[in-house]
Amino acid sequence: MSTTAYYIPHKATWPIIGTGGLMLTLAGFANFLNGSSIGSTMMVMGFMTFIVMLAGWFSLQATESESGMYSTQVGISYRMGMMWFIFSEIMFFAVFFGTLWYTRNLSVPWLGGLGDGPGRSSHLLWENFTAQWPTNGPGEIGGEFEPMGAWGLPLLNTLILLTSGVTCTWAHHGLLAQKRDQLIKGLIATVALGFMFVAFQAIEYHEAYTEMGLTLGSGIYGSTFFMLTGFHGFHVCVGAIILSVVLFRSWRGHFKPENHFAFEAAAWYWHFVDVVWLGLFVFVYLL
Amino acid sequence: MSAVVTEHDDHHEHDHDHGPSKGLLRWLITTNHKDIGTLYLLFALAMFFVGGAMALVIRAELFEPGLQFVQPQFFNSMTTMHALVMVFGAVMPAFVGLANWMIPMMIGAPDMALPRMNNMSFWLLVAGVLMLASTLFMEGGAPASGWTLYPPLVLQTGAALPFAIFSVHLLGISSIMGAINIIATIFNMRAPAMTLMKMPLFVWTWLITAFLLIAIMPVFAGAVTMLLTDRFFGTSFFDAAGGGDPVLYQHIFWFFGHPEVYVMILPTFGVASTIIPVFARKPLFGYSSMVYATAAIAFLSFIVWAHHMFTVGMPIAGELYFMYATMLIAIPTGVKVFNWTATMWKGSMTFETPMLFSIAFVVLFTMGGFTGLMMSVAPSDFQYHDTYFIVAHFHYTLVPASIFILMAAGYFWLPKWTGHMYDEKIGKLHFWLSAISVNILFFPQHFLGLAGMPRRIPDYAVQFADWNMVSSIGAFIFGFSQLLFLWIVVKTIKGGTGEVVTDEVWEDASKHGLEWTLPSPPPYHTFTTPPEIVPTEHF
Amino acid sequence: MKKAKQLIACVILMAMSLESAQAAYDLNLKQGVTQISHDVYDLHMLILWICVFIGIAVFGAMFYSIYYHRKSRGHVASQFHESTKIEILWTIIPTLILVGMAIPATKTMMELNDVQDADMSIKVTGWQWKWEYEYLDTGVHFFSSLDEASNRARQLGSGIDPRSVPHYLLNVDNPLVIPVKKKIRFLFTAADVLHSWWVPDLGWKKDTIPGFINEAWTYVEKPGTYRGQCTELCGKDHGFMPIVVIAMEQVDYDNWVAEQKGLVAETNAAAEKEWSKDELIAKGESVYQNNCASCHMADGAGMAGAFPALSGSKLVNGDINSQIDLVYKGKGMMPAFGQMLSEVDFAAVITYTRNALGNAVGDSVQPSAIKSLKSSAPAQNDDKDEDDKDEGNT
Repeated sequence: MSTTAYYIPHKATWPIIGTGGLMLTLAGFANFLNGSSIGSTMMVMGFMTFIVMLAGWFSLQATESESGMYSTQVGISYRMGMMWFIFSEIMFFAVFFGTLWYTRNLSVPWLGGLGDGPGRSSHLLWENFTAQWPTNGPGEIGGEFEPMGAWGLPLLNTLILLTSGVTCTWAHHGLLAQKRDQLIKGLIATVALGFMFVAFQAIEYHEAYTEMGLTLGSGIYGSTFFMLTGFHGFHVCVGAIILSVVLFRSWRGHFKPENHFAFEAAAWYWHFVDVVWLGLFVFVYLL
Repeated sequence: MSAVVTEHDDHHEHDHDHGPSKGLLRWLITTNHKDIGTLYLLFALAMFFVGGAMALVIRAELFEPGLQFVQPQFFNSMTTMHALVMVFGAVMPAFVGLANWMIPMMIGAPDMALPRMNNMSFWLLVAGVLMLASTLFMEGGAPASGWTLYPPLVLQTGAALPFAIFSVHLLGISSIMGAINIIATIFNMRAPAMTLMKMPLFVWTWLITAFLLIAIMPVFAGAVTMLLTDRFFGTSFFDAAGGGDPVLYQHIFWFFGHPEVYVMILPTFGVASTIIPVFARKPLFGYSSMVYATAAIAFLSFIVWAHHMFTVGMPIAGELYFMYATMLIAIPTGVKVFNWTATMWKGSMTFETPMLFSIAFVVLFTMGGFTGLMMSVAPSDFQYHDTYFIVAHFHYTLVPASIFILMAAGYFWLPKWTGHMYDEKIGKLHFWLSAISVNILFFPQHFLGLAGMPRRIPDYAVQFADWNMVSSIGAFIFGFSQLLFLWIVVKTIKGGTGEVVTDEVWEDASKHGLEWTLPSPPPYHTFTTPPEIVPTEHF
Repeated sequence: MKKAKQLIACVILMAMSLESAQAAYDLNLKQGVTQISHDVYDLHMLILWICVFIGIAVFGAMFYSIYYHRKSRGHVASQFHESTKIEILWTIIPTLILVGMAIPATKTMMELNDVQDADMSIKVTGWQWKWEYEYLDTGVHFFSSLDEASNRARQLGSGIDPRSVPHYLLNVDNPLVIPVKKKIRFLFTAADVLHSWWVPDLGWKKDTIPGFINEAWTYVEKPGTYRGQCTELCGKDHGFMPIVVIAMEQVDYDNWVAEQKGLVAETNAAAEKEWSKDELIAKGESVYQNNCASCHMADGAGMAGAFPALSGSKLVNGDINSQIDLVYKGKGMMPAFGQMLSEVDFAAVITYTRNALGNAVGDSVQPSAIKSLKSSAPAQNDDKDEDDKDEGNT
């Protein structure tokens, strides 16, 4: 494909279908939260539409890519798109890391009468509260709980994710070296490790809720813990699903050493999820 | 070499029929940057009138002391919705519309880099605004906590709360998609001769704006997500009893919110820097310093957020740091104003409607900048904060700045877009009515604020009556004057004055930008192959 | 353009004429009655003048050029478009000006922050939509809300001309009283949502944050009445929770404190006594009109879609304890009245709603019952004894 000719797709129907699906999903969720009975139906219908859109749009892209319609320039556009999408995701996680930092270093100490500003006298409202971490606040919201330790499942999960990063790269090397067998084996290992991570995370949550008294409602510790690990877990799921699709496409013989944007995008996303986990392990579990 | 590779949804053959679909469907499924640009611009214009109508409800209620028309709760919904509709429905989409239309034409590209996503970002915007507007009809009314959605007040919203939050999510996804597309287009689709430092300033400012958008929209999404979980899932992010802090929300919000106001002003700078040289018949003064100043403003926007919160009770170190950092913004902003003045200096100026709006922008935006400088001084801000003084300040930086420049852009490029000339006489009438009434509308609000009138109140003490009445009169003149613009746009699309529009439209405009080398109106697909020349204005 | 120029000229003139003619038209910032407010005013004027000066220079150049360098006058455009020297110049000069501004600003900021060595402390709590004042040294404690005359006039379509109401929207039932020439420390917090306490004459405002305490201080030189308003959007009646501060000589202030303590004793006695149902209903009506009618309407009809009707309401006509519980703790937009109303007022308004507004449940609740509820609920009220009078008031 010549690099100077431009590529212009026409008349896309998937975007408007996706928009409708997304809007229906969110409107349904909002109705559900308000206790309206049609909420969950709307949500399911909207989400199914959204999934159909994703499947349709992505298979269209895959077919186009395999039939050699994309120039180098298009490939660069896609890569930039993915890069900046990941950057936006980093900013999204930054909010919750920032929240954790702020509460641990500012608001909780202030409530306990430490520091300048509101820390000078806010403890007058909460006489029996001593600043410490973890905490569920001076109101002891959510009752007694046991904080999540770092050295059990979380450590195991760290090892799992790090290994999956390696298998993912190994698969990439396979793809580049035309070793299809290595590509597929590497991807299977990565996907399996990804879902294993999710499963362990589920076990950890189950323990937190049933044995440790640690819930989303356990004050600021519970809120930040579950919000950070929850959104991360969700991203691992999405990443593992994307990798599964890439695996499926690899089986069908897709991707060439010089043209495999989908694989690269999935791998970048997976490494991003990996790095976020390292941040979580240090700031949420360890410190 | 010259082929444009195209495809249709169902079959993949190379096709040279580049025309649009027929009828309504064309707009639903279009991937053409001009179609999408038009959609954005028309949608923004419609929302400008919706938001404007809300503003007039506010000004009607404030015409006299005492409550005459609406209940306080509805009044609060109006101030909240006016802001949200104007920011997310009018100003931002209007600039995205300009970006869609102009960036490919200015850099010699056939279209945006990611055309399908372009379609989705427009329709997600519509979905988000629709969801937001639907809250007006819900039990408990639309959100009434101000556009900042501060907890704990916002958590008292009725059925509207989750809808408002999800509309923010939709608008956020839409903006991020739009911004990614703009970045990819600018980095990847430029004609070979169009190096970065030859790009028109409008392209530069949008490139930087797009970075801001990608960095901040997820932050806002995160903040409102925490509102959602605090209300429905028992988290304690903004609740002191659980160890959280309502002020934390404000920090996150303004980390988003301050760059957000620059999202609305940086493209404004870009358009002004495009228009002024054309009518001064002189190259832009200090092109590279304009680029650096824009980047500096964008950088500073991330480290000054808490100047919106001087009175929340931060430790003294925080107050001082944010005061100093905020003061710094005056430097690059000043450079810009000086550069525009120097561009006009010793030019050969004519004063067509776009130029009039641009000059008014420079003057009135600078006045908004002055009050901004005054408020950067934390101890003084203890007096100004949350009064009509700040209402006057930010309206000066948005209405006679962003809105005026959008008007200027409309007059400047409408002949190019439609191939028809607008009616200059009515354009000038529109300008003078707007420029005079906008000052009658907002200038007295400085006095009100200094005299002690808080913002966001539906009724006020009688000593504020005179200036409120003046302000309301200005508001109605300003509001109704904008109907002239609507009329001009419609008439120009339908054929305008009948005058033949050349490719250049404005005298020697082709020296200033690639878009003026194209026919008016430009073909459905602009550049089928990369153009080889670029205007050499800057060198 | 012309208009803008005129306006600028106007501002300059106004700024110059202000110091003498402040009474007639409030165009500029108030100078206020404290040292801090004067400092802030000076800062304000300094920066205003800097802006005016820069404005004249920049706009002067621009308008000169607009007049002389126009095509219609035959001016031919130069083609210069760069000058590193001048760019550097107009970067450095503003920087120096900013440094000049930052120095006095920092000084004033430090002073504002210095709450140490206060003579007395007052805790201010923002409520939807009234202020609670608690004198930490003397135990005086009361709520302050919009006065009745303003409250009547400010209803939608009240037909009352606001100009006929003295200090419309800037008057309260119980003003905050402070002595002059004393350093007074304020402790700000909120009970429900954010509020902000602002009296322009004192020179600052401070947000009140639920669960946190912000501090500020003042030292008023001369006796007088100083008025302000809530300045952080706090819901429906944000515009209707004014602040009135009366600064008195020490002697007058001491008398006022003694009077307040008498009132406290009276209220306590009233809460102990047994009230008849009719007494409670009669009392309840005025409590209802002052506290509830702005949402639930004077006749209890509520407002469709926003505020539920009390007439025929399931809750009001149901179990009395669940009604008390809701009114006590609040829910959504309904404020928690438990700490806001006295025992008598609370019992009266509950009894009133159950036996008026088209409801006829027939039962009533005694102030003493509310009192025991209050003592069991976590309250931060002053539980100081009556004996430690006058302490800390010197």
